[in-house]
Amino acid sequence: MKDEIKLMKGNEAIAHAAIRYGADGYFGYPITPQSEVLETLEALMPWETTGMVVLQAESEVASINMVYGGAATGKAVMTSSSSPGVSLMQEGISYLAASELPALIVNVMRGGPGLGTIHPSQSDYFQATKGGGHGDYHLIVLAPSTVQEMADFVGLGFDLAFKYRTPSMILADGIVGQMMEKVVLPPQRERRTNEEIKRQCPWAVTGKEGGRKRNIVTSLELDSAVMEKNNERFQRTYAEIEKNEVRYEARFTEDADYLIVAFGSIARICLKAIEEARKEGIKIGIVRPITLWPFPYDAIRDAAKNVKGILCVELNAGQMIEDVRLAVSDSVPVKHFGRMGGIVPNPQEVLDALKKDFINPSDSKA
Amino acid sequence: MAKIQGAVTIERERCKGCDLCVVACPCDVLALQPKEVNDRGYHFAYPRNEEACIGCAACAMVCPDACIEVYKVIEK
Amino acid sequence: MKREEIIKPENKVYSRPRLLDENVMHYCPGCSHGVVHKLVAEVIDELGLEADAIGIAPVGCSVFAYNYIDCDWVEAAHGRAPALATAVSRLHPEKVVFTYQGDGDLAAIGSAETIHACTRGENIVIIMINNGIYGMTGGQMSPCTLEGAKTATTPYGRRTDLNGFPLRVANVVSLLDGTCYVTRQAVHTPAAVRKAKAALKKAFLNAKAKKGTSFVEVVSTCSSGWKMTPDKSNKWMAEHMFAHYPLGDMKDTTVEPKGE
Repeated sequence: MKDEIKLMKGNEAIAHAAIRYGADGYFGYPITPQSEVLETLEALMPWETTGMVVLQAESEVASINMVYGGAATGKAVMTSSSSPGVSLMQEGISYLAASELPALIVNVMRGGPGLGTIHPSQSDYFQATKGGGHGDYHLIVLAPSTVQEMADFVGLGFDLAFKYRTPSMILADGIVGQMMEKVVLPPQRERRTNEEIKRQCPWAVTGKEGGRKRNIVTSLELDSAVMEKNNERFQRTYAEIEKNEVRYEARFTEDADYLIVAFGSIARICLKAIEEARKEGIKIGIVRPITLWPFPYDAIRDAAKNVKGILCVELNAGQMIEDVRLAVSDSVPVKHFGRMGGIVPNPQEVLDALKKDFINPSDSKA
Repeated sequence: MAKIQGAVTIERERCKGCDLCVVACPCDVLALQPKEVNDRGYHFAYPRNEEACIGCAACAMVCPDACIEVYKVIEK
Repeated sequence: MKREEIIKPENKVYSRPRLLDENVMHYCPGCSHGVVHKLVAEVIDELGLEADAIGIAPVGCSVFAYNYIDCDWVEAAHGRAPALATAVSRLHPEKVVFTYQGDGDLAAIGSAETIHACTRGENIVIIMINNGIYGMTGGQMSPCTLEGAKTATTPYGRRTDLNGFPLRVANVVSLLDGTCYVTRQAVHTPAAVRKAKAALKKAFLNAKAKKGTSFVEVVSTCSSGWKMTPDKSNKWMAEHMFAHYPLGDMKDTTVEPKGE
């Protein structure tokens, strides 16, 4: 079959990919820089074709709780938002995790804190990877760096969410949400029938048919002994995910003297910096975590074995750097370079930062 | 004229002694046990004056704990 | 006629609803929740909706409604039940979705979700137990607490200059174009119980027939929170609550207007 190549924004790719995955529902609320997800879905009217439900909710709080309700019925449901909106969703995300429900949440990050800026950022790393809401839980966090990955991670995010019965998140940034690129969209899949959902999700709230016992989806358990058991079950799931689902991309690491760790769109700017550095004879490798949780600790440790320093490049004040430091302990110096508030550095700035930190530290005093 | 006779049974362990059935009964059939309590410590309701029951189910309708069953016979 | 002769299966005229579990409910003695639970269970059974009804439970005393009424349930975050119900109903239009909430859950933290579900005219039933108090957390003021009423957070009585006025939720939602049926009921007497049941039945039928949002408020007691016996609570409710929250249908677009 011939590939269908299209030119579109990352946010539009999310919408197209959701329909083609056979998603059952999208519930969202406008916020820059991700509103094109909802706009595209409304324009494509998938309820006329696949039967997918699309609804503009009254708030992000309502959106995530619609996702919670929809996910409880075993349907493949999702929402998208940007940083301030995702903050509002944290309560619902905690409920999804606690009720062991599959769902997909997209965060196209903008600069914070507060209302912040509408420009790109990666400052929600902690929120996405360390829990976000209350309680001991994790999301599977996928970090796309291309429009193609925006499209691909919709299916991957749903598949992982259903495999492990846990919500997953696409943690994108405003750049990858807004930029236009070539993308090969996945083929159109049929939505699952209600019968298929009942077989796949026997726990789902689908109506107490055929004399079965009633299904109850709840995160409440007042018996502490049982609640501890529930938590142990969640942790076993997370351990399984950590074992099976770590994803990353490593390039130029074999001969590298220095290592850059960066995720999302900034990793592409770092690649350009690495190309430029190689022309100067500076050998830099890169590890780009694709899953931010589970984090590729082992891959970074392996790639860092023979390097003199690691530069962690992020569009924030230094968040992922904590995980990079955990990966290598104190065996290698780890430095952060980042811009905040919606500013995106160019490759030269990245290279200058690396040189300043590791190659010509004395220059920085000048 | 036909005579209506009723009877009620009260699940003593479900009853919380709230007294609402006693108040609702139009024929003064029910009362709370003045001394005896159930396993939960409630003075449960019982038909103190059962001959007066007309099986109207007023007690059962207002019972929040669904512990009353009502029976009714119309004697010709 | 002897008692033993009367108590026979063929003479039974009232018993625990089939879809109400044997579990003893955790509610305090005399709590209105139990009566409304019975009515919901009876209505689901009588309308043949056992396999089609999906309940959304709230946060508050009735958080465990799913332990008692035998249908599928999702337990929502505080106030969010109408958002969950919206999604469940949209994704499963063949089902009959209802929320069961208290006035603290619905009228305070869940006011936005309530108003927008009603505005969209979701084909759901919203049941609100209005006892004018937060029962589960220990009897604090709710939006529906009457002026002057003493609660844990209004120990000298609710003052409108400090705490605002008691919210008439049913009046508010009756103004929204998406609601088809808005009614205010009570369950303090056998007659009231009959009327409340008829109202609930109508609401469930409306949802099944996709007529829009049906809103059933049940003015209720909280004898523990109000610190009165159940019987006194009922009398206090009739005297004070009904004055601010008068019973009856507020809106019904499902009946043809009468007249020549």
